[in-house]
Amino acid sequence: MSGKPKFAMYWASSCGGCEIAVLNIGEKILDVDANFDVVFWPVAMDAKYKDVEALEDGAITLCLFNGGIRTAENEHLAHLLRRKSKILVSFGSCATEGCVPGLANLSRPQDVIDTAFSTISTDNPQGVRPAFEYAVPEGSIRIPVFQNVVRTLDQVVAVDYYMPGCPPESHQIAAVVELVIKALHGQAELPPKGATIGAGASTCCDECPRQRNVKTIKQFVRIQDVERIDPDLCLLEQGIPCNGPATRSGCGALCPKVSAQCIGCYGPAEGVVDYGARLITAFASVIDSKDPAEIERILDGIPDPAGQFYRFNLAKSLLRAGKPAWAA
Amino acid sequence: MSSQPIPLHLPGEEPAEKIGVYVCHCGTNIAATVDVAEVRDWAGQRLEDSGVVVSRDYKFMCSSLGQELIEKDIKDLGLTRVVVAACSPHLHEGTFRGACKRAGLNPYLCELVSIREQVSWVHTDRHAATDKAKAVVSGGVERVVRNTPLEPLRVPIHPATLVVGGGIAGIQAALEIANAGFPVYLVEREPSIGGHMAQFDKTFPTLDCAACILTPRMVEAGGHPNITLLTWSEVVDVKGYVGNFVATIKKKARYVNTELCTGCGICQEKCPKKIVDEVYEAGLGYRKAVYTPFPQAVPKYPVIDVPNCTFFQKGTCRACEKLCPTNAIDFTQKDELLTVEVGNIILATGYDLFDARRIPQYGYGRLANVFTSLEFERLTNAAGPTNGDIVLRDGKTKPQSVAVIHCVGSRDRNYNNYCSAICCMQSVKFAHLVKERTGAQVYNFYIDMRTTAKAYDEFYQRVLEEGTLFVRGRVAEVTDAARLPGEAGKLIIQVEDTLAGKQRRIPVDMVILSAALEPRRDAKQTAHLFGLSCSADGWMIEKHVKLDPVATMTEGIFAAGCVTGPKDIPNTVAQGAAAAARVLGMIQRREIELEPIKASVNQEQCSGCRICNNLCPFNAILFHEDRMVSEINPALCQGCGTCVAACPAGAISGTGFSNEQILSQIDGLLMLNVARQSAAVAA
Ligand SMILES: Cc1cc2nc3c(=O)[nH]c(=O)nc-3n(C[C@H](O)[C@H](O)[C@H](O)COP(=O)(O)OP(=O)(O)OC[C@H]3O[C@@H](n4cnc5c(N)ncnc54)[C@H](O)[C@@H]3O)c2cc1C
Ligand code: SF4
Ligand code: SF4
Ligand code: SF4
Repeated sequence: MSGKPKFAMYWASSCGGCEIAVLNIGEKILDVDANFDVVFWPVAMDAKYKDVEALEDGAITLCLFNGGIRTAENEHLAHLLRRKSKILVSFGSCATEGCVPGLANLSRPQDVIDTAFSTISTDNPQGVRPAFEYAVPEGSIRIPVFQNVVRTLDQVVAVDYYMPGCPPESHQIAAVVELVIKALHGQAELPPKGATIGAGASTCCDECPRQRNVKTIKQFVRIQDVERIDPDLCLLEQGIPCNGPATRSGCGALCPKVSAQCIGCYGPAEGVVDYGARLITAFASVIDSKDPAEIERILDGIPDPAGQFYRFNLAKSLLRAGKPAWAA
Repeated sequence: MSSQPIPLHLPGEEPAEKIGVYVCHCGTNIAATVDVAEVRDWAGQRLEDSGVVVSRDYKFMCSSLGQELIEKDIKDLGLTRVVVAACSPHLHEGTFRGACKRAGLNPYLCELVSIREQVSWVHTDRHAATDKAKAVVSGGVERVVRNTPLEPLRVPIHPATLVVGGGIAGIQAALEIANAGFPVYLVEREPSIGGHMAQFDKTFPTLDCAACILTPRMVEAGGHPNITLLTWSEVVDVKGYVGNFVATIKKKARYVNTELCTGCGICQEKCPKKIVDEVYEAGLGYRKAVYTPFPQAVPKYPVIDVPNCTFFQKGTCRACEKLCPTNAIDFTQKDELLTVEVGNIILATGYDLFDARRIPQYGYGRLANVFTSLEFERLTNAAGPTNGDIVLRDGKTKPQSVAVIHCVGSRDRNYNNYCSAICCMQSVKFAHLVKERTGAQVYNFYIDMRTTAKAYDEFYQRVLEEGTLFVRGRVAEVTDAARLPGEAGKLIIQVEDTLAGKQRRIPVDMVILSAALEPRRDAKQTAHLFGLSCSADGWMIEKHVKLDPVATMTEGIFAAGCVTGPKDIPNTVAQGAAAAARVLGMIQRREIELEPIKASVNQEQCSGCRICNNLCPFNAILFHEDRMVSEINPALCQGCGTCVAACPAGAISGTGFSNEQILSQIDGLLMLNVARQSAAVAA
């Protein structure tokens, strides 16, 4: 083994987009290879858990951990990689906030499984369901237990840095990698522990070129129902529920720039404890009516509040705090 | 390549604060329900890791000895934070902050947590209450660690005052301030000042003629160089804060050019349109479509009542315009909006009379000769519709017997629980006037007699001696259904005489209902406009009924007279003067310290989304188009927190209410601090 600092990346409960975003950093990936010894990265190379277990504690300098904690295996790896890593980065929205898999916290685990194994496009004539333990002549086979809820990485182990995004933007990843390499060479200082890295200090609106006015909202419309979107005016002012005001900057306002509403993948702004609650108060503050019936009607324009306000943040939300929503 | 050591920053441990915890017994208010000694010991032991170095209890922390305890500890032990567990911040936050300040500690490093209003007064289980008190203290300790020293903001006080309502309370207050040399805007909604008192003939207990004592003050207020009198006007908007209010006043169009009008009265004389005057004449008399409510009105200029004016409704007539000798009638006038800056506001909007129709069994509105108290005042008034003759509804018959019913709508669970304070005396006054002017037999039906102020009981004794009969009992019914001989054509009072212990039926010719005083019908809107609140009965709430009766919860806004509850004229006048004294005290201070609890925008974090821009009730937020960020004017911000909650970027924080402070207080309340320590000890 070389004397280079060790690098690891792991995917827990996630889609794989984070890995692609890392590979997408282009030639910077060569810097990773030049500066690090990649010891563990299931998507890119073959390695066994026991190889990681064999490492000394703290042997991995930088570990990018993406994905939320849904299974017993995810949890085991979180603990293992925490123990082995000096810098553990909660990488991407799933690890940081639970992301879309976290929305499953609204349903019982059994319902999640039933749904997954019986969708229209699922070919499952015998109605097979996974068994977590199965007896075979050689003994019993187990698959990792599907836990009650999705938890964020920091609800399971201590985390050094957070990197938001679904997935994090490649240029932001490149910048972070560069910073860590510089810090390794003593040319830069790392931010204080617990910081969010690879993102901006403000919110999406800060990077959005659209014209903004004092906000008064008379209706919410679903973007697909809008006949013509004004290309220059703030989407929210057009009644399109854009999550930009509450979403951390860093992406360059990619979505609003092409007339798609921000859906909030970069998570809450600095210091905000509950993304959805923030956004709900903000939207509620600018609804332009004092008549309860009319307010009700305006709010009906948001048919899926959980998806609108907590698409990425439910597992991290203060309200649920990683607890099962379906349990009393 | 060799790996360099990575300069990892561990989260810097908070510099340890030295916290003193003081648990108050509040006599037995707290100590009877909370085990104060246990809370003290618990805080000393279990909150030590959070920085508590001393915890004490004391019978009355707010006493000078209690405060000295704190001051001494700050000096001797070098305390850097103080938590007092006692009553409510509303009552004593200032007291304990003051003690800290005297001992050299920034007052905002002191937290008052409530274990009285929020614990001992609302619980009965001593054990549970003690546990909750511990949690409340724990929350306070976690919060106070995150408090930062703050300095109050000083702002000048505008010397002008806005007085709303031109009854005797408002007139008194305006005159006191004006005579002290400061400008006053006196706003009255009706065409003339004077209020209810202007409707009366005689006033108890001295039987002075109301006009004789009121008119000179009205005239003085009307002509005072320091008073800008705005009648036929209403306040429509109030912004700002103590010392610096900005009020918008709507001056309704009078359709009379006051520069030209001499008050000759020819227009009112010639106007062909007669209307029942429901306000000043209480429905007993008439006025014209162009009118002053009464001849001594101040100002003397009439107004045109648009919905009743033939010209405005049909386009013809113009009699007043044609006949006015100075061409003062101007149908083209428009409502005007006036903006004034004032340092203080006095609300003196008075009361409305209870609508006696709400008690159908007393027959008002159905039985002609049942009168309300205000109608009776107009009947007795020499300038009233009957020139002061007390006669029945037919306008000529003198009554031979009269019943006065007390407490109509007061002290009655179906209507108002409170006592209207003036009705006993007013009813006694009525008895006297009836007797004096008609010689009729008078019966007063009362529940209890309340004649407590100076010269009141003497007046009552006098009326008793005059031969008025007082029957103790709540009248069940007033009816015209005769059953017994002698009842035909009369109104019969059915009552249980509780002193004699028997039912009585007393036939009379005339009945006077001493109706309750009620909050103005629009009191809630008025309260809302000025940012005040009303009690469950609907009266405006004073800051403290006993100790601060003319102040309100909003600094710089005072209240005088019947706006806070029923009062007689002496009390109303005293309150008017008291409110003026408070205002003058404020003006003399020239500047005032504002609470430094303010919101501010972190310019880095603000994305310029403009969500907050329209939310501030005090208009403190401005938007910089060039930099695309919002900013808060600290002099205007009242620290209400609206924008703090609304900012989706979390860019706005409120001093004294940062996320960190609130969340750590919650952690403390949930005892997570103690749990963490226990876990650490176990590990
Ligand atoms: C029948 C009767 C007889 C009484 N007799 C006596 C007596 O003999 N002796 C005695 O001591 N007390 C007597 N009282 C009590 C007396 O009426 C009150 O103490 C006194 O009038 C209270 O004065 P005030 O200025 O507080 O209120 P008010 O007299 O009600 O004056 C309030 C003024 O504010 C104006 N106003 C209201 N709302 C607004 C607004 N939003 N904007 C601008 N202006 C507004 C009103 O038009 C009014 O002019 C009697 C009461 C009644 C009902
Ligand atoms: S479109 Fe969205 S991101 Fe752009 S300014 Fe409006 S709310 Fe902000
Ligand atoms: S709501 Fe917050 S982010 Fe938006 S403009 Fe106001 S301060 Fe700035
Ligand atoms: S806290 Fe915000 S909304 Fe409230 S007064 Fe201050 S600036 Fe206005």
